Amino acid sequence: MVTAADVLDASDQARPTIDTIPLTVRVRRFNPEVSEDSWWDEWTVRCDPLERLVEVLHQIKWHHDGTLSFRRSCAHGVCGSDAMLINGRNQLACKVLAQDVAPRVTIEPIRGLSVLKDLIVDMEPFMDGYRSILPYLINDSGEPEKERRQSPEDRHRYDDTTKCILCAACTTSCPVFWGDEGYVGPAAIVNAHRFIFDSRDEAGRERMKILSEKTGVFRCRTTFNCTDACPRGIEVTKAIQEVKRAILFERF
Amino acid sequence: MATTTSPRPAAPPDAREAALGRGRPIGGFELWTWVFMRISGLLLLVLAVGHTLIMHLPAGGVDRINFGFVAVRWQSPFWRTWDWMLLMLALLHGINGLRTITLDYVRPPGWRFAITMAFYVIGFTLMVLGTVIVVTFDPTRWGPIG
Repeated sequence: MVTAADVLDASDQARPTIDTIPLTVRVRRFNPEVSEDSWWDEWTVRCDPLERLVEVLHQIKWHHDGTLSFRRSCAHGVCGSDAMLINGRNQLACKVLAQDVAPRVTIEPIRGLSVLKDLIVDMEPFMDGYRSILPYLINDSGEPEKERRQSPEDRHRYDDTTKCILCAACTTSCPVFWGDEGYVGPAAIVNAHRFIFDSRDEAGRERMKILSEKTGVFRCRTTFNCTDACPRGIEVTKAIQEVKRAILFERF
Repeated sequence: MATTTSPRPAAPPDAREAALGRGRPIGGFELWTWVFMRISGLLLLVLAVGHTLIMHLPAGGVDRINFGFVAVRWQSPFWRTWDWMLLMLALLHGINGLRTITLDYVRPPGWRFAITMAFYVIGFTLMVLGTVIVVTFDPTRWGPIG
């Protein structure tokens, strides 16, 4: 008879041994109930080189310091919850491998938004910018009998900007946004682009009006930080330039 | 075939237009200053580089420039126009650059307004002074040339 213990033994034998590596994780901590200032904490853990940084953070939170706070939901690069400033670059903690940063990694909260605790920032100013550009399909021509059809070419026009997961990596890498939270930021413009260039949408002009205000696209200085930061590989600066051009040629 | 859904009536246009602010124009000041910065940048490239090549690089450089040199040069409306355009575009381009830097980095609204206004006043004053000189300069009123 095969017992549960036998099964466990067998699986233990089948499991390849993992050569773990040491990784020193330096995290900028903040807790307004403890101190007005931020401070640095450092842990050295052993992990699988193919482990993702979000799992290393879990390891720290679950086994070393339960007070460490960070956001994550899907942990697979889709939900956009765990954007962090990792070694000075905005990245998703779930898309960085331990071996890419070993032996040492520095993690800070994304910049330009108020830190609530540790790596958790107040996303409201970011979401305000997003909401301001009417990020939903507007079509008042009446409901069609079936779906709203679109040619592959028309769909392709805005394909790149459909990939946004609202992680805020682009917006919080933008020096204009650091200086002025009122600027709608790259992510909001990307999502405006997604509807402005959608042939089924009818409110492109309203979005262009919103984006031609002082807080809109013309604040962009084309530093390309956003394009470098995007974990989805969206050509963010290109999308912003396309919106600027659309506004310009709308006038002529 | 029985129709189970009828077309959804469109929202009343007045309410929607008000909600979406249809009255506001597309573009406006920010668009035009953005366009101006690009066009003036290109013009300044020609005007300023040309100015440097003509005035600063030939033998003698700036040392040969004196009252007489200017008096002779400014007998031509072409050079007066060139210099006036260089001054106007450089001032407008520069002041607008300072305006956007202020907008980016000065957060208190009062300071932002005060600093922007200071730049406007300085820019306007220099533009007026420069224009007065370019238009009214008459070497004969200053005695013999040389």
